[in-house]
Amino acid sequence: MFKEDQLKKVQQEKKKWVDDLSKILSETPERLPRFTTVSDLEIKGLYTPEDIKDLDYSREVSFPGVYPFTRGVQPSMYRGRLWTMRMFSGLGGPEETNQRFHYLLDHGETGLSIAFHYPTLMGYDSDSPNARGEIGKCGVAVDTLKDMEILFEGIPLDKVTTSMTINPPASILLAMYIVMAEKQGVSKKEIGGTIQNDMLKEFIAQKTFMLPPKPSLRIIVDTIEYCTKEVPRWNTISISGYHIREAGSTAVQELAFTLADGIAYVEAAMERGLDVDDFAPRLSFFFDSHIDFFEEIAKYRAARRIWAKVMRERFMAKKPRSWMLRFHTQTAGCSLTAQQPFNNVIRTAYEALAAVLGGTNSLHTNSLDETYAIPTEEAVTIALRTQQILAEETGVTNTIDPLAGSYFVEALTNQMEEKAWDYIHKIDEMGGMVKAIERGYPQMEIAEAAYKYQKQIDANEKVIVGVKKYVTDHPPITIWRMRPEIEERQLKRLQEVKQTRDNAKVKKCLGEIRKASQNGENLMPHIINAVREYTTIQEICDVWREVFGKYTDPGYF
Amino acid sequence: MAMEESMERKIRILIAKPGLDGHDRGAKIIARGFRDAGFEVVYTGLHQTPEQIVAAAIQEDVDGIGLSILSGAHDYIFPQVIQLLREKGADDIVVFGGGIIPEEDILALKGTGVKALFVPGTTIEEAVKWVRENIKPRK
Repeated sequence: MFKEDQLKKVQQEKKKWVDDLSKILSETPERLPRFTTVSDLEIKGLYTPEDIKDLDYSREVSFPGVYPFTRGVQPSMYRGRLWTMRMFSGLGGPEETNQRFHYLLDHGETGLSIAFHYPTLMGYDSDSPNARGEIGKCGVAVDTLKDMEILFEGIPLDKVTTSMTINPPASILLAMYIVMAEKQGVSKKEIGGTIQNDMLKEFIAQKTFMLPPKPSLRIIVDTIEYCTKEVPRWNTISISGYHIREAGSTAVQELAFTLADGIAYVEAAMERGLDVDDFAPRLSFFFDSHIDFFEEIAKYRAARRIWAKVMRERFMAKKPRSWMLRFHTQTAGCSLTAQQPFNNVIRTAYEALAAVLGGTNSLHTNSLDETYAIPTEEAVTIALRTQQILAEETGVTNTIDPLAGSYFVEALTNQMEEKAWDYIHKIDEMGGMVKAIERGYPQMEIAEAAYKYQKQIDANEKVIVGVKKYVTDHPPITIWRMRPEIEERQLKRLQEVKQTRDNAKVKKCLGEIRKASQNGENLMPHIINAVREYTTIQEICDVWREVFGKYTDPGYF
Repeated sequence: MAMEESMERKIRILIAKPGLDGHDRGAKIIARGFRDAGFEVVYTGLHQTPEQIVAAAIQEDVDGIGLSILSGAHDYIFPQVIQLLREKGADDIVVFGGGIIPEEDILALKGTGVKALFVPGTTIEEAVKWVRENIKPRK
């Protein structure tokens, strides 16, 4: 980046600066013994051209839309099109959530994102004993296609894209979406959206798991194979670091484990015989935006660069689209506090800014009351407005990747990349991510980091405003509560569906799913047939639990 | 004195994750914190029904059960665990918990017999101290 004589001069001047500084510090020392990121990465007091002297701009940074995409995946970035404002929503039953979807779209949201309640996430129906106490609480209750039809009433599926945070039953929810669109007259070739469908990070962090890793991967590859041919605008996986981070990982672990998961999916799909350039362009990513501003920005920039190298050099992908890491971001739920909840608006705004300066393609901003419950309408509006102010008032969208060239940001980007490679190579040596998970490796690394961070908070080494420092009483805020009649309505509807559908057809469809599960045929067409007959999510998942066995938590701590 | 203490049975705690909730960061941190404080800790792992938790508590002969819930299912799960303990004649096992529990629910849950609820902001040390003061090894 710099000429030899320039660097020499910088070195000499820096030496003088360090000497002067140490005189000052001998009288007034620095405030802290160590300055670290939230992930405990030590940060120097000053970065200079020396820190990036080996950085090759053309090879490592380059231009937006150009390999290795450090500066962003689109040539025009936000000057061409803003990120998608996609608020993760789901509350009570499909009626309440449909109303929330319309509310958000009317207020300027540009994409939908569904939060399902726990029973749906885990492959149980609302009438299962496992659903007791959980219906409609952490998201929307969906048992059958009927619920999806209500959920999307009045929403044109050819105009809006939808992201679904769903994992073990991802293929079933995708099938429901396809059939629902078909009923609206929108073909599966036209619909756009994402299923999370990332089981590896479930074993590592989010823990909504159902089947063991191998059959889980097989169903994922079925969806990739099917969508590549039949649903070309669908993002088949959202390879997620968010939950890894929320479980307590460091930024580097989030980055490395996510990309290592991505590598495992690419390998699995290639083993099926798919051409990497056919499916790789539809892989998408999802990261956290935690409170440490620069560390996050460096993480996103490093993520794009590493993935581009992985796809081109390791998997020999030829299409530039296969090299691109496109990602959604959610601000960090775990950074928010129950104490003085209005402070969460500020935290979320900084985190959203980091995501945007890091070139996110889509963003969810948390609401101030989300440490307590699903957000109220008022709270979610402030969260959405936070994005709109960022996009349309602050001017940060005027120029692309404005922090490129910062000695600090470039050096930190390099550092994140290096440390992530160390992890990726270690996982390679273990035989890949599935093997690493079976050994409990990423799980223990995260548990270790989470415990260390908690100790640092307890010891006041890390400050969270309003929790142990600047403590004041705050009046309670109004929070959203699940109304009991929603549960009754959901159970009644499920019962009605089961009585009025053609149960002989349902039985036949379930038999087909069982057969395909056993003989290895692609499951997607059979799942689509089944959901069209209003087969429930649990009915399908029960077949899988029988055929493949259930995964239970090894309980590492 | 030191001699006497070392002869005494250690406090045994079951840390449990009931329901479908997958948020186990807090449960694992507290399990580890308790272990580091010298308690004997059994962790159930995720996705346990109240029936499984009570069975594990009895089988492991624990002195206390710490339930971690962040999914909003606390108003069903805590009373259910307490009732099952009573039915099994094991209601001398102290039940406490932590997680996302709105203030107005805390009083109601304490009324059903939950001895303490630790909400966000609690340090490991505070929880350890409470256990030492409120849970004694059963004979």
